[in-house]
Amino acid sequence: MKPDVAAIQVRRWGGLIWLPGLLPLVVVLGQGLGGALGPDPVLALVSRLGWWGLVALVATLAVRPLAVMTRQGWLMRWRRDLGLLAFTYLTLHLLAWAGLLLGWQPRFIGAEVAERPYILVGMAAWLLLLPLALTSTRASRRRLGRRWGQLHRLIFPAILLGLAHQWWIQKSDYTEPVLFSLVVATLLVWRLRRGRRPQRLPKKPSATP
Amino acid sequence: MLIRHRRRTDVVPSDITPEGIYLRRREFIGAAVGALALGGTRPAWAALIDNPAAEDSRRPQWWREAVAARQDGKPDTDEALTPYSDVTRYNNFYEFGTGKTDPMRHAGSLRVDPWSVTIDGHVDKPGTYTLEDVLKGQVLEERIYRLRCVEAWSMVVPWIGFSLADLIKRVEPTSRARYVAFTTLHDPEQMPGQRARLSGIQWPYVEGLRMDEAMHPLTMMVVGLYGRTLPNQNGAPLRLMVPWKYGFKSIKSVVRIEFTETQPPTTWNRMQPNEYGFYANVNPDVDHPRWSQARERRLPTSLFNPNWRETLPFNGYADDVASLYRGMDLQRFY
Repeated sequence: MKPDVAAIQVRRWGGLIWLPGLLPLVVVLGQGLGGALGPDPVLALVSRLGWWGLVALVATLAVRPLAVMTRQGWLMRWRRDLGLLAFTYLTLHLLAWAGLLLGWQPRFIGAEVAERPYILVGMAAWLLLLPLALTSTRASRRRLGRRWGQLHRLIFPAILLGLAHQWWIQKSDYTEPVLFSLVVATLLVWRLRRGRRPQRLPKKPSATP
Repeated sequence: MLIRHRRRTDVVPSDITPEGIYLRRREFIGAAVGALALGGTRPAWAALIDNPAAEDSRRPQWWREAVAARQDGKPDTDEALTPYSDVTRYNNFYEFGTGKTDPMRHAGSLRVDPWSVTIDGHVDKPGTYTLEDVLKGQVLEERIYRLRCVEAWSMVVPWIGFSLADLIKRVEPTSRARYVAFTTLHDPEQMPGQRARLSGIQWPYVEGLRMDEAMHPLTMMVVGLYGRTLPNQNGAPLRLMVPWKYGFKSIKSVVRIEFTETQPPTTWNRMQPNEYGFYANVNPDVDHPRWSQARERRLPTSLFNPNWRETLPFNGYADDVASLYRGMDLQRFY
């Protein structure tokens, strides 16, 4: 087996994404504690964590098209940590909803999940992402081989469920869900057309010999 | 010679936080957090929050005098009032945007003086009345009402205004008047939210009441809050307040009151009839299809206390208003 240079690069550089990536979390927590989220900060916190999670998820999906189109293979180093960042925000979104908003009360959490389809859809999206986060290590990637790639296609249904969740919570003003959906649709179309051709990433001798 | 090897867990003098800083840690955290949150620049609306009297001081004198001459009204409540800054910073007024702080930031463009209200339909004295005419000779009252939003949050607000019944009696509706329809100003130039393409809302905003609901002594026309003239983002200069119904019924910045024979088509009901009923009476037993109405968050809440409380039938005004709906199936007429 060839040494997995790309994976080593991920380990060396991918982590850098966390510095800017966690900034929104710090800001939103600061705003919440400092009173800048308004008189109902928990709801604002929950919705912003979800928003950033969706942004990071879409960004994760965009890494490969961007790397291929701009012929910058090194961009792929960021994908794994970007995906984990998305999962972090979405996990915090879920925890803030269940813990801060509903106070960990099984009665209320159960009722919300059972009666609100959009919550069920959001939870399903998170559950689809869970195995991806768990198998994000290099060891898992090696162990699963070709099946790793197949498994990680779960990001597509997850992101579609995430979009459905976003559409569902709107009362009016569909500008944001429309924009998110257009971006995701573009990425999916690119992926479907690309998928028929053999996978080819531009290779730089320095990055992936 | 004694060689001291420092163990890793030993505390060295430089590790000890001076007491002064230790005692000030909250202040320090607060300042750091505040600097982060505000990003060093103050938003344009900050001045408004710092000095809520500024907008009030630009209001015409007759309006300010009417508000100043208010009397104590009923009902009162001993529940804690929602602070003025929250009442004026957290609003649903989609004419100025769908975000909770959009109205506060954008409602400055609304011109509330001069203002007139067209009263028409089945009345003996139709006409266009200036707000000054409406307030002339009208004794205003301060009434503390709970405001329950359909989104499951609530506030307690000291409103200033008068019973809608007073106004209705003055214009003498005919026997054919069975409903009252209210319309908000429609002017995309002043109201940026009305320029949004994907809002899904058909402007102008319309709400309505059955005649007996409109005549109920609790039903109020509001021109002020917290001792001041009504801020733009709260529906200046003239808004409705029906305390036993979800907030969206209490239409803001009213320019027309029409007396009709048939139930008027109302904005949210027209948009999502299965989610927003015509009656929209606060009812913990009838959920919004997307969320429960059994509880509400009483604002302000904090990050670690969502301040849930049980929602009461008719928002706690059942003794006064339940009789209006005797014999009606409230699950069906929600």
